[in-house]
Parts: sequence; C-alpha cells; structure tokens
Amino acid sequence: MIRMENLTKVFDTPGGDVTAVNNVNMEVPAGEICILLGPSGCGKTTTLKMINGLIPKSAGKIFIDGKDTDTVNPVQLRRNIGYVIQQIGLFPNMTIEDNICVVPDLLGWEKAKSRKRAAELLELVNLVPSAFLKRYPKELSGGQQQRVGVIRALAADPPVLLMDEPFGAIDPINRAVIQDEFLKMQKELKKTIMFVSHDIDEAIKMADKVAIFKDGILEQYSAPDDLLARPTNDFIASFLGQDRTLKRLSLLSVGDVKFGEEYKVHGEGDLANAIGQMKELGHQNIVVTGPQGRARAFLHLNDILGKKGVIEEYRQALPAVANVKEDLKTAVSTMFRHDVSWLACVDDDGFYKGYITQKAISHALSAIYRDEKQNTLR
Amino acid sequence: MDILLFMLDNLSLIGQRTWEHVSIVGVAVGIAILTGVPIGIAITQSKRAADIVLGIASVIVTIPSVALFGLMIPILSIIGQGVGYLPAVIAVLLYSQLPIIRNTYVAITNVDPAMREAAKGLGMTTIQRLMRVEIPLAVPVVMVGVRVAVVMNIGITAIAAYIGAGGLGTFISRGISQTDPRQLITGAIAVSVLAIVADYFLLFIQQKLTPPQSSEKIDG
Ligand SMILES: Nc1ncnc2c1ncn2[C@@H]1O[C@H](COP(=O)(O)OP(=O)(O)OP(=O)(O)O)[C@@H](O)[C@H]1O
Ligand SMILES: [Mg+2]
Repeated sequence: MIRMENLTKVFDTPGGDVTAVNNVNMEVPAGEICILLGPSGCGKTTTLKMINGLIPKSAGKIFIDGKDTDTVNPVQLRRNIGYVIQQIGLFPNMTIEDNICVVPDLLGWEKAKSRKRAAELLELVNLVPSAFLKRYPKELSGGQQQRVGVIRALAADPPVLLMDEPFGAIDPINRAVIQDEFLKMQKELKKTIMFVSHDIDEAIKMADKVAIFKDGILEQYSAPDDLLARPTNDFIASFLGQDRTLKRLSLLSVGDVKFGEEYKVHGEGDLANAIGQMKELGHQNIVVTGPQGRARAFLHLNDILGKKGVIEEYRQALPAVANVKEDLKTAVSTMFRHDVSWLACVDDDGFYKGYITQKAISHALSAIYRDEKQNTLR
Repeated sequence: MDILLFMLDNLSLIGQRTWEHVSIVGVAVGIAILTGVPIGIAITQSKRAADIVLGIASVIVTIPSVALFGLMIPILSIIGQGVGYLPAVIAVLLYSQLPIIRNTYVAITNVDPAMREAAKGLGMTTIQRLMRVEIPLAVPVVMVGVRVAVVMNIGITAIAAYIGAGGLGTFISRGISQTDPRQLITGAIAVSVLAIVADYFLLFIQQKLTPPQSSEKIDG
C-alpha cells in the first residue's frame, strides 16, 4: 500500500518557484495498479520520484505499507521498491543477466539464486533465457529492452513497483502485447504498482484506479469506468475525449450486460409456446436451444405467427453469437458487422447464457438509468 | 644499408634502450592513471574545481619539455636526483595528467543521466554507482586519454636522453653530437615504431574493455 498525505513539491527555479505537485492526498491499496495520467508537465513524474526519494519532497508524508518513508534510509528504501525509468536505463556495460541481477547483487543474494531468478523472469516475459542472458542491451530491440527494464525492477521481488511510462518507447502492436503480458504477470504477483502514462487507453486497460493530474493538483482519483462515466469536471471530460463513453465499451464485458437467460425455447418444443413467450414479453425473436442447452438458432415472430408445426421448420441460423467473456467493444463490432440489433450470448462451451441488445448496451453506457422493460428483442 | 647493418649489430642495445624507454613511459603513465583518474572523477563534483584543475594541467602541457627538465635539475638536485630516471618519470607524469584527467572528467560528466537515475533508483550508493556504472562506462574514453598520453610521452621521453635518463633518445642525441646519421636514424625509427606499437596495443585493450556495439561511438 502506498499512501500520500498533503504531498507537495515546490521547485526553486531562477524564474521563481514552480509548484510541481500541490497538496496531493491519495492511497494505492495493496495489490492494485494506480495509473497517474495528465497533460505534460502536470507533475506525474515528480510525484512518482518523491515516493522513492529521487526527488526530495517539499512537504507532506509518504507511507509504504504504513511505514513513513522518512524513517527509512533512502538506499534501503529504493532497494525495496522496483523502479522502471522512462528511458529504460539498462546498463550498457552489463549483460542482460547482470542487469536483471543488479538489485539482488546489491542485496547480497547468492549468485546461484539470483542467476536462476534472472532466467525465470526472462521466461515470464517470453524471452528465451539461453538466448538473452549473456547478451548486452545494445543487442536487443526496443521492446525487448523494455521487457528487461520491467523484470529488472521485479528481480528482488519488491512489494511495490514504480514505473514511468514503461511501455512508452514501443510501437502500438508490441505495446499491446507487453501490456497483456504485464497484466498476466500482475495477476500472479499482486504488486502494488504506481505507474505514469500519457495514454488514456493504456490507463483504462491496465489501471484499477486512475489519478488525473492538472498543474500539480490531483483532479480525480477513480476506477476507470467511474472516471469515464462520471468525470467530475470539464477539464477531465475534455481530457478523456469526446469518445469517452465509447471507451467504456472495452471496460464492460458481455456478461455484465446480458440478461434473459431463462428466455428460450427448446428445439423440440412447441411452436405455440414460443409464440406465447414472445407475445407475453413483446419480443420479435427467441433463441432456440439444443438438447443440452447450447444456443442453436432463433425464431422470428412474423415467421411463425398463426403457423402450426415444429420449431425445426421455422428456425433460422444465428448470424453470430457473443461470448460472455468478451468486451462490449467486440460485441458491438459483431453486431454492426452482421447488421443485427441483438446477439445470443454463450459461454466457452456454447451454452446459452442470455442475450444482449443494442439498447441494453446504450443503457449500460449511459449508466443513468436502466429500464429492464425496454430491453426487448426487436 | 649502413643503417640496417648498424641496427643488426646493435640489436641487443636497441632492445635495452627500448626497455629503458618503455619503463620510463610505463611507470609514469601508470602513476598518472592512478592519480589522474581519481582527480578527474573528483572534479566532476564542482565546475569551479574542474576549471582550475584542467587549466593547470593545460598550462603544464605548454611548457616545452627541455624547459621542464631544466627546471627540475636544481629542484631534484636537493635529493641528489637532478638528472637521470626520476626527472624523466616526473616530466612524463606531469604531461600525462591533462589527457587522462580531461578524458576522465568528460567521460564521467557525459554518462547518460538516465544511467545515473536508474542506478540511483535501483538503490546504489554513490560509490556503487561510480564503481559499477559510471567508471565502467567511462573506461573506453579514459583509455583514449591514456593512448594520447603514451604516444605523446614516447616522443618526450626521447628528449630525456639529454638529462641522462637513457632510452631510445640516446641514439638520437649521440647521433647528433657524433654526427652519425646511423645512430640518429635508428633512434628516430625505433621511437616511431614503439609509438605505433604502443598505440595499437592500447587500442586493443580499449576495445576489450568496451561493451559490444558501442565502440564506434566512444572511440576517438
Ligand atoms: N528539476 C526541476 N527543476 C525545476 N522544475 C522542474 C524540475 N522537474 C520538473 N519541474 C517542473 O515541474 C513540473 C512537473 O514536472 P513533471 O516532470 O513531474 O511532469 P510530468 O507530468 O511527468 O510531465 P511529462 O508527461 O511531460 O513527463 C513541470 O512544470 C516541470 O517543468
Ligand atoms: Mg514525466
């Protein structure tokens, strides 16, 4: 856990005092990722570097796991806080192995133990240890160096990690890959992470909580969805962009919005029963399930109105389905691709789990009201 | 032909004089590294100190070597060492300070600030930062200074023959006084060859001490 109380930094410059960080209060709970976001010069890096004492603070307190950092020797403090600098900062005179082992070596670990750890960490970020351990930083690509920069910070297994734009210097495709790797890693490691970013999408994707700064002031500190749904002032709203509502699509999953799991007909069921259910709810369509409960097809009300017979004859293939685990962005994209206004939802095994509609999605996004009665299959 | 014969006849003498020469330059530059590198590191802490130290070192280099030897004769006579090996070593030591101090200073001040920040941020103390990061990164540039010092002082040491320090300069000084071109040319060639060999040898060491793929940036 990282807690800041009235944290302030005033730089004394020839042009007068510059308040880079102004009376910031915030707390990052243990095991969570907090991302500092804001325009250039708003004080993100300064905030981060005050935590490990690279920049001395002007006023306020910082607690790590409840301990006032002023009471800890700064060198000891830094060895217990992983740090990834913006420019990666691998030492060109050391092999990758020695770079990763910098902190374990400072802490006096046995060589055998730290070298084994270096190999494990390389594997964790999909770099083959035998190929990379003995190489020098200059012999790696930017993305590979960035991965090494991150695992170097993790080498001595510190509970807290500070990262300054750790995925900044790489192309968007590789960045997405490293972000995913990192999130997977974090699921296991559960570090308390404070991380500076310029990239709103990165923040939304990776953060448990986002802290938005402006001119050294912490403007809002909320979970990403909350931030996008309820920016507290105009600056934040415009910083997040006009498309902030659409950004929320990638935060919500199909499972969050789907409903009507009980609303279905059995493939061998009665046509009249299907018509009855649809009329009762005012729906135009209903999903037909197989014997085990897998989503198989659907019926359209107009096709069967006044007809008699078996469901088999009238059912149509589902144009597409949505997995409950995928995000709404993917589901909406599927809807537009197939020009439909609803999708049947299934789990990994194809079992019917309900449905989502465009209307349900827009209600979830506007998050102002949710009227289940409006959620009809049209 | 004369000269070649002279060289062949005097091979062992050339060897002995070369050894004297190398021992003057080697000992002096060795001591210069031991003093110049720490001075170069120390002055990175203060711009004023750096200006003063580099200024003095530059002035020393402008003193003609003959004048410097002349100056040392009365001073060192006090301990009975006015001529010979000691003044030669001291002169070379003094001349070597500038390239070594300056290159150390430049190399350390030019260490990428990101390296320094990473080292500090990972929990290195100031000394650890110097020993593990800044000095290793500075070594190739310091080695360039050492090469300059060695090559320059192989020439200067030739003049030290005039104060009885021995070395390859003896061939030259005798060649002049005895108007014997064979000795003169032998000495000149030997000094040149020694300078070239020493330069290549040190270049080889420098490359060994440079991490891969960065030599082209640091060299020269
Ligand atoms: N050493 C310093 N001396 C004086 N002013 C400084 C110093 N470091 C930072 N500042 C000022 O403090 C403010 C905050 O800087 P900081 O580096 O924290 O910004 P940032 O949010 O990290 O910006 P960026 O996104 O561009 O990295 C800026 O106005 C900057 O000019
Ligand atoms: Mg910054």
